[in-house]
Amino acid sequence: MAAYDIVTKARANGRATTKNYIENIFTDFIELHGDRRFSDDNAVISGIAFLDTTPVTVIGLEKGQDTKDKISRNFGSAQPEGYRKALRQMQLAEKFNRPVICFVDTSGAYCGIGAEERGQGQAIAECLYNLMTLKVPVISIIIGEGGSGGALALAVADEVWMLENSIYSVISPEGCASILWKDSSKAAEAAECLKLTSKELYKLNIIDKVISEKLGQKQSYETIKRLLLETINASMNIDENDLLEKRYQRFRKFGNT
Amino acid sequence: MIRKGIFKKPKIALEGNIKQSKTPSANIPNEMCVCCPSCNKMLFNDELNENLVVCSYCNHHFRMNSRQRLNMIADEDSFIEHNTDLKSENILDFPNYDKKLKNSQLESSENEAVITGVCKINSINSAIFVMEPYFMMGSMGTVVGEKITRIFEFASENRLPVIGFCVSGGARMQEGILSLMQMAKVSGAVKKHSDNRLLYITVLTDPTMGGVTASFAMQGDIIIAEPNALVGFAGPRVIEQTIRQKLPDGFQKAEYLLKTGFINDIVERKKLKEYLTKLLQLHNYK
Ligand SMILES: [Zn+2]
Repeated sequence: MAAYDIVTKARANGRATTKNYIENIFTDFIELHGDRRFSDDNAVISGIAFLDTTPVTVIGLEKGQDTKDKISRNFGSAQPEGYRKALRQMQLAEKFNRPVICFVDTSGAYCGIGAEERGQGQAIAECLYNLMTLKVPVISIIIGEGGSGGALALAVADEVWMLENSIYSVISPEGCASILWKDSSKAAEAAECLKLTSKELYKLNIIDKVISEKLGQKQSYETIKRLLLETINASMNIDENDLLEKRYQRFRKFGNT
Repeated sequence: MIRKGIFKKPKIALEGNIKQSKTPSANIPNEMCVCCPSCNKMLFNDELNENLVVCSYCNHHFRMNSRQRLNMIADEDSFIEHNTDLKSENILDFPNYDKKLKNSQLESSENEAVITGVCKINSINSAIFVMEPYFMMGSMGTVVGEKITRIFEFASENRLPVIGFCVSGGARMQEGILSLMQMAKVSGAVKKHSDNRLLYITVLTDPTMGGVTASFAMQGDIIIAEPNALVGFAGPRVIEQTIRQKLPDGFQKAEYLLKTGFINDIVERKKLKEYLTKLLQLHNYK
């Protein structure tokens, strides 16, 4: 399949969002709102739930489902408050020794006056910095769009998985085409160049698992639940220092010539 | 993407053992003087360079290349450069990237968009990285990420502070996802250095944007900026296109970041070396 067809699928209306994943994989989800600094950013959902019998922290970027919901969630583009809310929940997870599971689905962190004024770059930088040494297992799953730094803020993890028809990229194919060829209609070509599909990223060792979508959404939820249980049970037995060293080395290897 | 400065790499008297011979004459503008974009006065290149590339009339801070910055901060002959030979490769076979790299190497006389190493600052040992605006506008690819990561690892092992000069348009698109991964990789090395209770100072210069702002530029224990430097996550044009309105005056400028609380201070080039020396001394580095 052409890369841009996958881009279209990853962005499609009606594609399952973080909310669906939370409802179908976990039980007793309790949402915890707010960053205790400025506001509650609806583009990020965070809270605690059971994965089978294990309490876990769940954080996800939420694009919204119907039009009204999408607007209230800013189409999944988080403000700095969203990242600060996420970071607060990550730190609580560490305190209570809960694994962290992140769902990524965003075209990118929001670009706006307020977002800049309140330190969008600083908020993302703080997530990367603290996730690197968060003393609990972290697993990140890209379910739709993984747009640049705004996605990476929730994807500094022990393992990063992708749904088969999701994408992960440093820049949108449209943005790339308009910089490269001054022509955003060449997005399909740019999408090929960027190697942003799960298949390409698996080949490049950027991600650890690709979750098949061939057997339908229900099967994807079940697969993810099973894989999460396996991975978390295994990583809960790893020594804290080993876990962090492994996470460091996971990213250290990229571009180590 | 950020537009380049009004003139190319200015000629400056290079001191010490620094790669003087590699500066190609093609980079030196033929004109003997430039017009200050801030006050419109004509400035002689020689005088400008003697004045740390700062306008003597209005204090406008011109863009400065990485070697000039090093000469300004490091004690004479004290800089020992690390990993000079690391060069980017076109890992993803991205169109025109090979050519772009070659041109950037010629334009900047550098192998990559950052130089790293150790130096003495008023006799105090420090690790240092200086990003290069004349190499693809300091964009961060795998080699930039690798060199900065290595200097943090070296500083952790040798218990050195790190001083980092940032200038960057952001992540390097031509290296795709691998450039995004550098944000995480460098952040890991910065965090380890910090957990060793070592000092990291970032100096933000014009412009510091995108993935660099969203990672190591904003992770300093102390963050300072040069006057009038543009610092932000999204570029001003992207924001204008998104919100379809004009941005307020001074938006994303250093003075604005000082007001909103994201940097600790603004320090003029002329005072920078003494300022950094005092900070190092206040953290018990000798
Ligand atoms: Zn002037």
